[in-house]
Amino acid sequence: MEPAVKRPGAEPALPPSRGEISAALIEYLRDAGPLPDGAALAGADPLGDDLQLALYLCYELHYRGFAGVGDDREWDPELLRLRAALEKPFLAVLRARATRHGHADEALDELLVEPLDGQGVSHFLQDKGELWQLREYAALRSVYHLKEADPHAWVLPRLWGRAKAGMAAVEFDEYGAGRADRVHAKLFADLMTDLDLDPAYGRYLDASGAEALAIVNMMSLFGLHRALRGALVGHFAAVEITSSPGSRRLAKAMRRTGAGRAAEYFYAEHVEADAVHEQVVRREVVAGLLEEEPHLDGDIAFGADATGWLEDRLADRLLAAWRSGQSSLRTAV
Amino acid sequence: MPAGRPRRIVARRDGPMLVEGPVEIALEDGTTVSSDRFCVALCTCRRSRIYPWCDTSHRKHSPAPRPGSGD
Ligand SMILES: [Fe+2]
Ligand SMILES: [Fe+2]
Repeated sequence: MEPAVKRPGAEPALPPSRGEISAALIEYLRDAGPLPDGAALAGADPLGDDLQLALYLCYELHYRGFAGVGDDREWDPELLRLRAALEKPFLAVLRARATRHGHADEALDELLVEPLDGQGVSHFLQDKGELWQLREYAALRSVYHLKEADPHAWVLPRLWGRAKAGMAAVEFDEYGAGRADRVHAKLFADLMTDLDLDPAYGRYLDASGAEALAIVNMMSLFGLHRALRGALVGHFAAVEITSSPGSRRLAKAMRRTGAGRAAEYFYAEHVEADAVHEQVVRREVVAGLLEEEPHLDGDIAFGADATGWLEDRLADRLLAAWRSGQSSLRTAV
Repeated sequence: MPAGRPRRIVARRDGPMLVEGPVEIALEDGTTVSSDRFCVALCTCRRSRIYPWCDTSHRKHSPAPRPGSGD
């Protein structure tokens, strides 16, 4: 018999656990044990590795799943109950600590002002990023970019009119506008190949720390709950508004380090695309949603604030590691 | 675009012009660039580094880094 050749889209293996909750969950997914009990959940840090990995695993059942885990586990009521118990403290900590604005326009207007002397990750990588740091950055961003735009697609049935049409148009562009070779997730896989990384879906889940997982978990949380549609839209607006200038710096970093054409192209494409997406998201999606459902104003602001807060936490971890010459990842790439 | 319907361009003083794609743009140096995006943002501030496309260079700047940009 021929050895089984893994198709590129094959489900990833379940990762190693990071504590009591994720360990029990992984055993449960393998049909080898019960779900974690209430005591384990009660003591968990909502932003810690154990809870964030467990939440990530619960959400991943709605995307691509895991090798050896049945597709129907997506709607296992016990898993949905656990997911809800993990989401609750995560959402509570975001609401309590990230919220800075009460209105969408205040939160978004702030993001439309570009700091002259930025200190963020893209500034660091542009000015002095080395190839190993760009590889680390790509590895941990791959937990999102290999499913780019997927968490946001959940919101489409929850929108109407201008908001729906605008969101669908931007998603269409994210999905390659009808061309498989232009799907943004595929452009990112090409970037990973340029950087000598393995572009297999889920490959760097274990390497990615809680700060990186929390960002993707926030997207899934906002996307999967209709009640959080305002937050999803605010989050998406924040991403599109900040992406273009950040992508310009990252494209520069890729060029300066000779990372490769596909690596540079992913970010160059996002400079141009997201300058458009920002306009459509603000003028059609945010304005359209506010027109239909003005009571979501505060939630749109919350989604934008939560995005910035979690991105800042990730930036702190990356820059602290890199400034001391250390890896920002949990496992080497 | 249905025949007979004029192409819609959204103009704002504080940002790019938004034009329904696909577009072909003839530049002053005789070259032509094109985009088949559903919507294209054309630079009107003339600061864009990817002119004629907008790259958000029209934005206001602030001296201090802001919280919550991740950047
Ligand atoms: Fe994209
Ligand atoms: Fe985008």
